[in-house]
Amino acid sequence: MQPRHTLTILVILVALSAALFLFYQLPGGAVAYILERRAIKLAALIVTAVAIAISTSIFQTVSGNRILTPSILGLDTLYLLVQTLLMFLLGAKSLAMMGRISDFLLSVAVMIVFSLALFSLLFGKHTMPLTMVLFLGMVFGQLFGALASFFQLLIDPNEFLTVQARMFASFNSVNTALLFSSSVIVAAIACALVFFLDILDVLSLGRESAITLGVDHRRASRLFLIIVAILTAIATALVGPVTFLGLLVVSLARQIAPTYRHSIILPTSCLLSMLFLIVGQLLFERIFHFNTPISIIINFAGGIYLLSHLILRGTV
Amino acid sequence: MPFVNDQRYREDFMHRYILLTLVVIFSLASLSLGVISFEETTMHILVQSRLPRTISILISGMSLATAGAIMQLLTSNRFVTPTTGSTTEWAKLGLLIILIWTPQASVVTKTLFSFAFGFAGTISFLFIIKRIKLKEATLVPLVGIIYGNIIASIATYLGYQHDLIQSIQSWTQGTFALILKGRYEVLYLSIPCLIVAMLYANRFTLISMGREISISLGVRYQATLYVGLLIVSTISALVLVTVGVIPFIGLVVPNMVTLYRGENLEQNITTIALLGGLFLLACDIISRLVLHPFEIPISVTASIIGCLLFILLIVGRRRHAA
Repeated sequence: MQPRHTLTILVILVALSAALFLFYQLPGGAVAYILERRAIKLAALIVTAVAIAISTSIFQTVSGNRILTPSILGLDTLYLLVQTLLMFLLGAKSLAMMGRISDFLLSVAVMIVFSLALFSLLFGKHTMPLTMVLFLGMVFGQLFGALASFFQLLIDPNEFLTVQARMFASFNSVNTALLFSSSVIVAAIACALVFFLDILDVLSLGRESAITLGVDHRRASRLFLIIVAILTAIATALVGPVTFLGLLVVSLARQIAPTYRHSIILPTSCLLSMLFLIVGQLLFERIFHFNTPISIIINFAGGIYLLSHLILRGTV
Repeated sequence: MPFVNDQRYREDFMHRYILLTLVVIFSLASLSLGVISFEETTMHILVQSRLPRTISILISGMSLATAGAIMQLLTSNRFVTPTTGSTTEWAKLGLLIILIWTPQASVVTKTLFSFAFGFAGTISFLFIIKRIKLKEATLVPLVGIIYGNIIASIATYLGYQHDLIQSIQSWTQGTFALILKGRYEVLYLSIPCLIVAMLYANRFTLISMGREISISLGVRYQATLYVGLLIVSTISALVLVTVGVIPFIGLVVPNMVTLYRGENLEQNITTIALLGGLFLLACDIISRLVLHPFEIPISVTASIIGCLLFILLIVGRRRHAA
């Protein structure tokens, strides 16, 4: 199939599922209110889907590795730690006064600084292999999680309850207050990327070829990794950790659109990712009435897909 | 040992002697520590609570560190331990299933179930990493963690369906606070595992060189592999059922020892076990002192200290190599 046709079909599917999400099983009363709630949720799903798809595919291109995802860097526990520390240092009241936007921006800034510090190991004097950096990131993730639970023990239980909802974002309780600012950032990054598509194409050829073709590999990688860090941080803050969604959709996108062109890979993975999230949420919330968070199923399906893919191919 | 020169042998002996002394000192400190001050401690408290706690910490620390070292040799990879090699996740799943099936199961039944799951699961993990040719060493634990995540998501799903999420979380937070006389004795089963591990130590070192080399050196590869897996999954199940998950000790302690003393498990196994016991004793004492009279779950302290040590270890090794 022509990539263009694939994209068209995907767009139609996404539009259909979005319409279903909005209008399926509309109850009699309070239509306007329910529609508004659903639209906010839909928007959150779409922003997350785009952020995760773009960050994973860029990360795989820069790292030249198809089984890696920035989601395992430990950013989710870092977010938890920042929230806990803020609560610990400021107390629930002043945290509530601080406003969610500045809180969000602060957390995202910390996450970006951390990912950049980790990535700098890739380019520093003693360069580390990328897998080692990821492994370190995971260890740091555990450290942050442990530190967060330590500080949670120190916090007054009443205060802890007041702000608990803020810390554990999930698909069922999307952090809607942050939706506007994060959608602006994601949209801006997506637009800016249009100008860098050809550089991404060159980067996917590998370091040596990219340098031969006149791309400053080091600078370009650093730039793209910053973008990856921002997008991952935003997705984590919005809905919490979804480790395998990115891997799943990017890998599927590469299968249905077997090309190296990012002008096709990126939109395909974004659309697939939206489709997965919208349909998944629809099935979960309104058809099966499951009480399980959708991220568990995504992690299960994504993990199985990835492992079987690896086993069948026999290599990374 | 005839081939080891005298100097080295004496040094080894000294190191072990120092470690052993430290373990004794820390054990005494652990015994004297508690909400009730040392002078008022009665024999009753000592026998019912303090002694069981110190003993279970020592046994858990020693056996978890040894299990980590064995797992690293079985997979020929420094970063694979029961926690990064999916054994723990499988053991948790087994424990969850027996809880759903018969909520009143005895400790022995629970241990057996999580052991069986851990054993079968680790075999499946070994099969997977054999099928995938992984060029970089750090990819093996990454695959292990992906695999563990899949198993964990099954467990979480089941937990949601049967309202057992809280039990899962309580296992994840390992703590010695609930150890009393009559609730930890099953841990003693780790000691025969440790003895078997000592007897097999040399063979584990040999099979870490790969199937062909170890067979040509006269080791029964498959049988040794299974013995190792049995030890690792028994220890994981025992500690999981009585204490909960204690991360990082199986990763950090063996790596610290092999960094300075090489990979020979027969030479290292007592050092690794003693250091493991010491590490966990120290973590537990910190856990109890920081918020005295309250205490922090040992999984938190062990994670924080273990992570920091491991990061230092990796960064230090890089600088050393450069």
